[in-house]
Amino acid sequence: MATLQLNNIVKQFDDTQVLKGIDLEVHDREFVVFVGPSGCGKSTLLRIIAGLESASSGDIMIDGQRINDVGPAERGLAMVFQSYALYPHMTVEDNMGFSLKLAGVPKEERRRKVREAASVLQLEPLLERKPKALSGGQRQRVAIGRAIVRNPSIFLFDEPLSNLDAALRVQMRIELARLHEELDATMIYVTHDQIEAMTMADKIVVLQGGVVEQVGSPMELYHHPRNRFVAGFIGSPKMNFLEVELVNAGPESVEVRLPDGATCEVPVDGSGLGAGPLTLGIRPEHLRLEPEGPLSGRIEVIERLGGVTSLYVRMQDTLVTVSADGNVDSRVGDILRFGFDRACAHLFDAADLALPSLSRHPLAGLNRQDNRTPSVTSGQ
Amino acid sequence: MTTLKTKQALPADGQPASASANGATRARHTPLVPSAGARRLWLTLLGWGIALIIFFPILWMVLTGFKTEAEAIADPSLIFSPTLESYIAVQARADYFKFAMNSVVVAFGSTLLALAIAIPSAYAMAFLPTKRTKGTLLWMLSTKMLPPVGVLVPIYLLFRDFGLLDTRTGLIIVYTLMNLPIVVWMLYTFFKDLPRDILEAGRMDGASTFQEVIYLLLPLTLPGIASTGLLSVILSWNEAFWSLNLTSSSAAPLTAYIASFSSPEGLFWAKLSAASTMAIAPILVFGWLTQKQMVRGLTFGAVK
Repeated sequence: MATLQLNNIVKQFDDTQVLKGIDLEVHDREFVVFVGPSGCGKSTLLRIIAGLESASSGDIMIDGQRINDVGPAERGLAMVFQSYALYPHMTVEDNMGFSLKLAGVPKEERRRKVREAASVLQLEPLLERKPKALSGGQRQRVAIGRAIVRNPSIFLFDEPLSNLDAALRVQMRIELARLHEELDATMIYVTHDQIEAMTMADKIVVLQGGVVEQVGSPMELYHHPRNRFVAGFIGSPKMNFLEVELVNAGPESVEVRLPDGATCEVPVDGSGLGAGPLTLGIRPEHLRLEPEGPLSGRIEVIERLGGVTSLYVRMQDTLVTVSADGNVDSRVGDILRFGFDRACAHLFDAADLALPSLSRHPLAGLNRQDNRTPSVTSGQ
Repeated sequence: MTTLKTKQALPADGQPASASANGATRARHTPLVPSAGARRLWLTLLGWGIALIIFFPILWMVLTGFKTEAEAIADPSLIFSPTLESYIAVQARADYFKFAMNSVVVAFGSTLLALAIAIPSAYAMAFLPTKRTKGTLLWMLSTKMLPPVGVLVPIYLLFRDFGLLDTRTGLIIVYTLMNLPIVVWMLYTFFKDLPRDILEAGRMDGASTFQEVIYLLLPLTLPGIASTGLLSVILSWNEAFWSLNLTSSSAAPLTAYIASFSSPEGLFWAKLSAASTMAIAPILVFGWLTQKQMVRGLTFGAVK
């Protein structure tokens, strides 16, 4: 159980600055996910926390203690690697007990602790096997088991699911969430997959180019992205962006002209808005087919997933994704008219920053742990 | 054949029979190509032929060792009555076991010393590289391009002043230095093949650098280390230039032993052959026993 604090972490490799001053707080028992495109510095940040890499400047604090100069093992953390990094020449039991062996824990106690961790992960029947004789999912569980045995104050996960196939990934995702509840530990998880971030995190840290773009709960990032990058990164399929013209800006709403010429009011605070191009952001699931809708375009591609159908609609030079009902009977080449939910629309200024929304989404503050408490509106 | 196939396939289109009819047509035509069996026979014969050519000098040397001196200089012949005469004469003149023991001590001693120095340095180069690591490696290898005779005089003088002439210690030092670049280079490539994550996982688990090497690096790269060691043993065993120049009697290894039979009274082919056979026999057997390990080590990265 521990809190982690990062103060102005900078990492410099020769001439390139990989991390440009990261400030972050991770609370006790929180599941924090670092997410971002490859090369954004998320893995480097995790390795700095682990102690495998040193920060060029800044402080890393665990429970208020500065640990920059403390070795990886003494930090009391455990890390699960993307490649699992199991010791190929040791059995599962020896893999999981290696840290205890190095710490000089007597054999009997070692056995007991390894068996304890193995039972949490249903690994008991595999203890005598070598990693070679395990499937990908089993190896992953051994890697997690090795971390559990150390009883760390913070678990670090470096893209642990990216080597698994899609079905197994979903299963392990659920298992990790369950594990987090069971162990009640602080966990930091790095991924490039925003679905993993959305489903597992209490708090998501979106990184890009070595900078934290936004920190918040999954629902906050979805409903109130701070800028265009976060808006585009979180949510699947990706948010649509349309170039629009400013007609009228005020503190209660901003009126813009859509590409087709129609105007509409978006309920955001436009009081400080200067001149310059504006971008309207609408998620595919907030677009709906309306015969009298203000937007129209020709359908180029149709993807039917059964429950949902994605329609890719050409509007001048942008391809807009519309998530429609699974039973929609549109065909490629059809002209589609559609509208959108104003309250769910986002407006970005010339610097790609989102204009503040007038109303806060009721679930924006919700984190994963709140999911377990009964909701106010539920029928009991 | 193509037209035949389409003619047959077309009417049967959509019926399960079409596939098998098609296959049968193709099978009827294949015997025109030389069979795989015949090709393999040719390759086997070729392989044996080349092997025989390479092995012939050694074979001839072993045979000559069992001839009398008169037979040895007579017309080459495979038919003779084998005799141990030369072996007895060779053993009477010089104590084979003393030389052999020198060879064993020097070859294995220098190999162990080289590994002890090379493992830490290859570790540093593979896992903690700096800007100059590649350059250092190349420079180390480039020292192998210098002809040894170029440094004979300084080394000889150094050895004389330090009292290392004709000592096993002296030879071990020279052989260690001689093989070090190759040993470091080979270990470096084996270490580089080891995923970094595994060592980092060890570090997270609390391993010191020393424990990392002992518990993880060495067991995981053992095939590579073993084949590097074997190569170093063989190179040291066969080395003749330094052993001939830096030793005379008490520390002389088997290479000096062979050479001693080619000098004063002219060449005695049968005795020389017997001595050579005895000198190479141990390393030949050693190589034979370890060849699986050698091949495994040298292809370590490729098959992983």
